[in-house]
Amino acid sequence: MTLADNAPPLLELRGLRMHFPVTEGMIARRHIGDVKAVDGVDLTIRRGETLGLVGESGCGKTTMGRCILRLEKPTAGEIRYDGVDIARLGRKELVALRRRIQVIFQDPYSSLNPRQKVGSIIAEPMKVHGVEPDPARRTARVHELLSLCGLNPNFADRYPHEMSGGQRQRVGIARALALEPEFIVCDEAVSALDVSIQAQIINLLEDLRDKFNLTYLFIAHDLSVVRHLCQRVAVMYLGRVVELADCDELFDNPLHPYTQALLAAVPVPDPTVEAGRAFRPVAGEVPSPINPPSGCVFHPRCPIAVTACKEVRPDLREIRPSHWVACSQAN
Amino acid sequence: MAPLLEVKDLYTEFRTGVGVVRAVDGISYTVEPGETVAIVGESGSGKSVSALSLLRLIPDPPGQISGGEIWFAGRDLMTLSEEEMRQIRGGDIGMVFQEPMTSLNPVLTIGRQITETIEQHRGGDVAAAQRRAIELLGLVGIADAERRLRQYPHQLSGGMRQRVMIAIALACDPKLIIADEPTTALDVTIQAQILELMQELTRRLGVALIVITHNLGVVARYAQRVNVMYAGRIVESGSAAALYHNPRHPYTIALLRSVPRLDRPRQSRLDPIDGAPPDLTRLDLGCSFRARCRFAIEKCAAAKPPLLPAGAPGQLSACFRSHDLALAGQAA
Repeated sequence: MTLADNAPPLLELRGLRMHFPVTEGMIARRHIGDVKAVDGVDLTIRRGETLGLVGESGCGKTTMGRCILRLEKPTAGEIRYDGVDIARLGRKELVALRRRIQVIFQDPYSSLNPRQKVGSIIAEPMKVHGVEPDPARRTARVHELLSLCGLNPNFADRYPHEMSGGQRQRVGIARALALEPEFIVCDEAVSALDVSIQAQIINLLEDLRDKFNLTYLFIAHDLSVVRHLCQRVAVMYLGRVVELADCDELFDNPLHPYTQALLAAVPVPDPTVEAGRAFRPVAGEVPSPINPPSGCVFHPRCPIAVTACKEVRPDLREIRPSHWVACSQAN
Repeated sequence: MAPLLEVKDLYTEFRTGVGVVRAVDGISYTVEPGETVAIVGESGSGKSVSALSLLRLIPDPPGQISGGEIWFAGRDLMTLSEEEMRQIRGGDIGMVFQEPMTSLNPVLTIGRQITETIEQHRGGDVAAAQRRAIELLGLVGIADAERRLRQYPHQLSGGMRQRVMIAIALACDPKLIIADEPTTALDVTIQAQILELMQELTRRLGVALIVITHNLGVVARYAQRVNVMYAGRIVESGSAAALYHNPRHPYTIALLRSVPRLDRPRQSRLDPIDGAPPDLTRLDLGCSFRARCRFAIEKCAAAKPPLLPAGAPGQLSACFRSHDLALAGQAA
């Protein structure tokens, strides 16, 4: 499964920052601080790979996805997509980019227009981008996309409310594929689904990846799904990547104390395994991203923190081949 | 010893525009004093409605508990007056719901919501209720209790709010706590804190716990016994170890096979359950899982299989072929 390290990068983030201003006052809005949603991220996604991005609410994983999609204009840093920095592109250039980068959202209930029929939802991106201008050919393409995603082509005449959650998520996937993108941001794409349906969608995402050689950024909080689907995993905490490694290496040998806490917190569906695990949950909660702790942002909750952790922000270091950790104490 | 709670043949239905929905379709189970029992199932399986039914919290209309008995500490809750039920709720039976933001009152302070419960059930003076509230917040691990009591729910994080819910549930020394998806809205590290807290407190105080969840990992870590629900019925029940290692119902087998594992490298493609759960307004005479079942035979269309002993002692399965499933289950 692991790709060669020399596979060409499709996406490179360099020093990516996304800060949202916090203001006070009704008329004269005073700038009193920033929510540092993404605060200096360097990351590479190789062509054809599935990179998992995990972390808890508010860690910045969704904002990072939105920056890559250029739904946000980053405060600082570069987003090099296929060699071109897209962080500062204007509207017109972004239109061309969006044919290549698509998104699948979490909630199939709110991400589909309830007044539009499924066929027209899937045809919309083709109309916007002037692909398949001929209506008959466009309809044929919609039917093809529906079958590709495991739905009967006659679903084109239905409304989203006539479908189950799993079927709606298939529609969302068909829409994302309509422009034949090469890169898809999957933002919690299976999180809202029941386990029996979730497995169907995971298999579909895998089939499509293999068939069209897609590259995925798979944003999720469910670590078991990430282990199943991804080749490499980045763990985020408070706007920063704290650990990055090949999938099995990260899960079998986590080095950052936050990753270790996160993995220990997830119960495994096996009572015998669970009975044998010594477990103490990590204390405290994620601090505010407006005023993050000094030095290493994890130090107030960290079981192995030393005095220096309060002062120095650790950079990602390659502790083992392809295993990067932002912790001064890890080895 | 008599069980603390014995549910006998409970039915709950909702009359809707498209027909009668049989949300709970004749379930029976017991909970022993101090025991943790899980009810596990997917959306629409009836697990939450079954819990609300225990407390007679089904809005009528459109809902109705249409049959059954709920024996709790020697009394059938179905025969109690509304006033007697109010004494049970929050008294002998505490509740913790999924979304603490919607189950706490946004315009009352945390302190008022805790003392209200105490005064309602215990009477007594305001100062005593206040002291008990401070003690309860300490019990659930909230530091600086006196300041917290003056705060409103929106000033607390999700994890903190759920701790407050647990404090309220424990306020009147209950014998049983019903927790409906208590950690589903929380992040994993906070989920772990809350579940550890609930386990520690229920053990220490000898409180029985019914935990309703869709998370098979949570069940494996915290429950002694498990009831698996599908389309309003319990399809399998037994000890957690028996169900996970030797499941005897095709739905349990399929459920365990369809989740990826965190503790193992990827083995193969996932093995999902084909299709979707049935429409609860159009249930027929047969087994409701048969359309998605790999083991279905002709007989499955003719009648609903009863919950009968299968596998380990105390294990029950509602499947005509539960005895043929031993090998299939072990492969899961």
